[in-house]
Amino acid sequence: MMTKNIRREDMSRAAIVHAILLTYTLVALYPIFLVIINAFKSRKGIFSAPMSLPNAETFSLEGFTKVLARSNFELFFFNSFTVTVVTIVIVLLLASMAAWALSEYKFPGNTWLALYLAVGIMVPIRLGSVSILNLIVELGLINTLTALILVYVAQGLPLAIFILTEFMHQIPKDLKEAARCDGVGEFKIFFAVILPLIRPAVATVAVFTMIPIWNDLWFPLILAPGDGKQTITLGIQQFIGQYVTDWNAVLASLSLAIIPILILYLIFSRQLIRGLTSGAVK
Amino acid sequence: MAHSGPMTDWRKAKLPVFAFLAPATIIYTLFMIYPLIDSIRLSFYTTPSGGEMAFVGFDNYRTILGDPDWSATFWNSFWNNMKFFAVHMLVQNPIGIALAGILSLPQLRFRNTYRTMMIMPTMLSVVIVGFIWQLILSPVWGVGVDILDIFGLKSLFGPWLGKEGSALITLSFISVWQWVGIPLMLIYAALLAIPDDLVDAAIVDGATHFEVFLHIKLPLVLPTVAMVSILTFVGNFNAFDLIYAVKGALAGPNFSTDIMGTLFYRTFFGYQLQLGDPSLGATVASLMFLIILAGVLFYLFAVQRRLARYQL
Repeated sequence: MMTKNIRREDMSRAAIVHAILLTYTLVALYPIFLVIINAFKSRKGIFSAPMSLPNAETFSLEGFTKVLARSNFELFFFNSFTVTVVTIVIVLLLASMAAWALSEYKFPGNTWLALYLAVGIMVPIRLGSVSILNLIVELGLINTLTALILVYVAQGLPLAIFILTEFMHQIPKDLKEAARCDGVGEFKIFFAVILPLIRPAVATVAVFTMIPIWNDLWFPLILAPGDGKQTITLGIQQFIGQYVTDWNAVLASLSLAIIPILILYLIFSRQLIRGLTSGAVK
Repeated sequence: MAHSGPMTDWRKAKLPVFAFLAPATIIYTLFMIYPLIDSIRLSFYTTPSGGEMAFVGFDNYRTILGDPDWSATFWNSFWNNMKFFAVHMLVQNPIGIALAGILSLPQLRFRNTYRTMMIMPTMLSVVIVGFIWQLILSPVWGVGVDILDIFGLKSLFGPWLGKEGSALITLSFISVWQWVGIPLMLIYAALLAIPDDLVDAAIVDGATHFEVFLHIKLPLVLPTVAMVSILTFVGNFNAFDLIYAVKGALAGPNFSTDIMGTLFYRTFFGYQLQLGDPSLGATVASLMFLIILAGVLFYLFAVQRRLARYQL
């Protein structure tokens, strides 16, 4: 009898918990869902039945054809892709090298250098924009993807170095000592032994570096606002500013920006969380 | 975290150590630290159009904080930014903590699915999020009214983003909707790190899961809560994209959604008839730097030090 009561109590408690979680999941996803389903409707469908799925009568791809015809969407997408991928590769390589040196070698000023490199975690790089713009103009890099990559590498390094340093402290000493006894050089220890070992943390760092870069509006707006060098975020912002009353085009352009990120996120979300919960971030 | 310090003597590997550290340090110094310092230097100069740069001491600061027009604009954006931050602290972080607490309950089914779905808005661009909500809240489309109608709250609907009294609060809630994922993720990770036996012991003694959360888990993750708060502070006082995407650089109506980031942009680049001024822009950036620094120092010295005592 008693166990039955407890059972029932457990069941109702579980029901409440799932009701709360489902409600919030709906709050988080419904606005995104709404935009995507309406992107596949005719103008009439968008306004007459905004909350229903596209059906035979309302289905239309006119928004997408308009976006692809009127904007350089593929180019913006390619720009964002280039900037993000190149930045991630550079950040991961430079940050893991620096993190390795900081965690492995005893040298004068080690702690101070680690602190210096950590300043950028808390101080937003945007505050230096006036000088960054001067610098980029002097280097003749205005309206180039290189300008964005340089700034984003600087922006991504501090957190990447911090997370990777914490992670490298956990690498067992025996592994390194064994390699050293075999007479393996310091460079080779890093590239052949250490880099493969830190792969889980690298995934987390990659996601943390990627998201703010892909989504940034500020630096594209300041450093590369034209000449076909717009990133997808800036391109969408400019496109929507221009076609604000064309609902098909607006909804389709938003969906085109949302869908790739959602797919990437669903692929990488497990690694992101695993990196977080394995103590890489404290 | 307790770990042994660096072990290997660098004198055995001078070249590798230098080669490992130099690239990152150089790029970081050149494109982050130098611009930040140079920006502060520029705030003490003036650049008349076509003329030479001239040192003017604290004149730019006197303009922004002393000139009636400038100081009204500055303090308006500062207090708007404080309200923006307050909404995040009072709504975003409690919701994030509560959801993280629920997600970390033992034997919860579909835990990973919920977590993945709830963090999704955080992954989107702020610009995209701004536009999504602009559409949903648009009286022209009317889908916002339809949604409220389901709950019988149709009469509450108004052009929230367009009214001076409600635009800032509405934008704050849009931002909260997007960023709940951050406290959710970080606090969830911290909750998972709590040893099971601590919780089990309390449950055996007859405590409910809610009591365990309130009296055992929450105090243990307070350092993470403090870290989330300072991240929120820095992020909020550096925000720009959402207001710019939804309201433009003028942060209307009548500057009611103007925050530090939009003020910085307008001062630096100009808008409509007013020309941009790099020196005054650098001054606004330096003031933002001071505000963020004050927040970070408060966190480091007042909050973190006090909380460290409760750590395991």
